Amino acid sequence: MDPAGNAFTDLRWVDLLFLGEAAIRTIQISAVSILVGTVIGVILGWMLASGNIFVRLLVNSLLDVFRSVPLIIQLILFDSFVSIAGFPMPAFWSGTIVLSVYTAALVAMVARAGIEAVDPNLRRAARSLGMGYWQDMRYIVWPVGIRAVFPSWIGVSLSVLKDSALVSAIGYIELLRASQILTTKTQESFKIMLLVGLFYFLMSYPISKAGDYIEKKWQQ
Amino acid sequence: MIELKNIHKSFGDLKVLKGIDLKVKNKEVLSVIGASGSGKSTMLYCINGLEPIQGGSISVDGVVVNDKATDLNKLRQKIGMVFQQWNSFPHLTALENVALAPRVVKGLSKNEAKEIAAKQLAHVGIGDKLDVYPSALSGGQQQRLAIARALAMEPKYMLFDEATSALDPELVGEVLDTMRMLASEGMTMIVVTHEMGFARDVSDRVAFFHEGRVEEIGPAKTVLSSPKSEYLQKFLAKVH
Ligand SMILES: Nc1ncnc2c1ncn2[C@@H]1O[C@H](COP(=O)(O)OP(=O)(O)OP(=O)(O)O)[C@@H](O)[C@H]1O
Ligand SMILES: [Mg+2]
Repeated sequence: MDPAGNAFTDLRWVDLLFLGEAAIRTIQISAVSILVGTVIGVILGWMLASGNIFVRLLVNSLLDVFRSVPLIIQLILFDSFVSIAGFPMPAFWSGTIVLSVYTAALVAMVARAGIEAVDPNLRRAARSLGMGYWQDMRYIVWPVGIRAVFPSWIGVSLSVLKDSALVSAIGYIELLRASQILTTKTQESFKIMLLVGLFYFLMSYPISKAGDYIEKKWQQ
Repeated sequence: MIELKNIHKSFGDLKVLKGIDLKVKNKEVLSVIGASGSGKSTMLYCINGLEPIQGGSISVDGVVVNDKATDLNKLRQKIGMVFQQWNSFPHLTALENVALAPRVVKGLSKNEAKEIAAKQLAHVGIGDKLDVYPSALSGGQQQRLAIARALAMEPKYMLFDEATSALDPELVGEVLDTMRMLASEGMTMIVVTHEMGFARDVSDRVAFFHEGRVEEIGPAKTVLSSPKSEYLQKFLAKVH
């Protein structure tokens, strides 16, 4: 307690460390969700692009649910649901599950657009050479489609990184939650928000730069 | 030998092929001419099974294309196809475009596939473009790339679907020359074309399609110089 009787402490180096650890948690939950969500999303996107009318209708209405209910509500609903159902899980896992599904819903649209961006004539040419369906997918549709929608996928990844802040609502101490805790402790809200903004920027910037780089490489 | 027996093909309610009978012997060059919409492209797609048929039967060297048990991916290896749009794989260099199918379909090693690809690209006269991406090639070069890509599978038959129609006039010649070269090498070819000169000079026989039927067929010079069918007379008057 300082002599002036101030209940708040100053911003210290350990607080910065605390923020840094929280930033790593943000990276962890985002990375896992983007990875899992992308795998599921690509499969769903393939179903949307190639499935029959029933498959498409089913997948589309499923995705509509996840796209139209705000993420924060999905997080709270899922977290409460698993507790009530008797399977409480750490906030990291319930957060990851909800964020992955949310990512998958976004990636599904990107993946479908990617598949549809591939000229059917190109695919016919591949099949005429004796390539099977999966060879066409692997050697033609995937590389051509990914080039078409890669910027959109980077966009989804960046927004998932930022939206992961909402996982704070179920008590996971990621970057945003950590900053709230520090703000309550130190009352240095301006400095802390500046720092947190900087952290988010430092995480996003390399992703978009890497995205630009890969895009350039493909453009030749 | 390619043999079509009374084939029928519809898209939904639209009857496109209404009983086509054709035989193409080995080393023969057959040109197919006819108005737009008469079913020429569709027939080619049926021959390598890219489009299913609803009636009749197609066989290639005795293998029935429309038999469910037929391995179409295997059959297609001996039927090369070149399309109106040249369909280069945009993410691959010329060499990779040609080497891809020998590698993944035939299971050749990377080096073997590249060797074959380089050979075929030289064969069609673009051996100096191995490492160039298709976007840097002219339409004529891309179409020759497509021919090399098909030849790399060492097909016994080649199907051409208006291979020169999408080209600028000054680029048509180089592609026709390549096709002429193939014909002189003894390749069995079915060539859908609007190039009457090519049909007359290069093909053994010409078939005239009219509304999903073979309206007239015979030796190239006979069919083109003294057509019997009234439709063919009108058609030739229009294209000349
Ligand atoms: N995938 C398809 N679905 C529905 N209709 C089709 C399809 N492909 C072709 N058709 C129709 O079948 C008919 C024959 O088409 P096809 O392309 O075989 O004609 P073509 O003789 O090659 O004409 P062109 O000289 O214009 O290339 C046309 O009426 C066309 O609209
Ligand atoms: Mg056609």
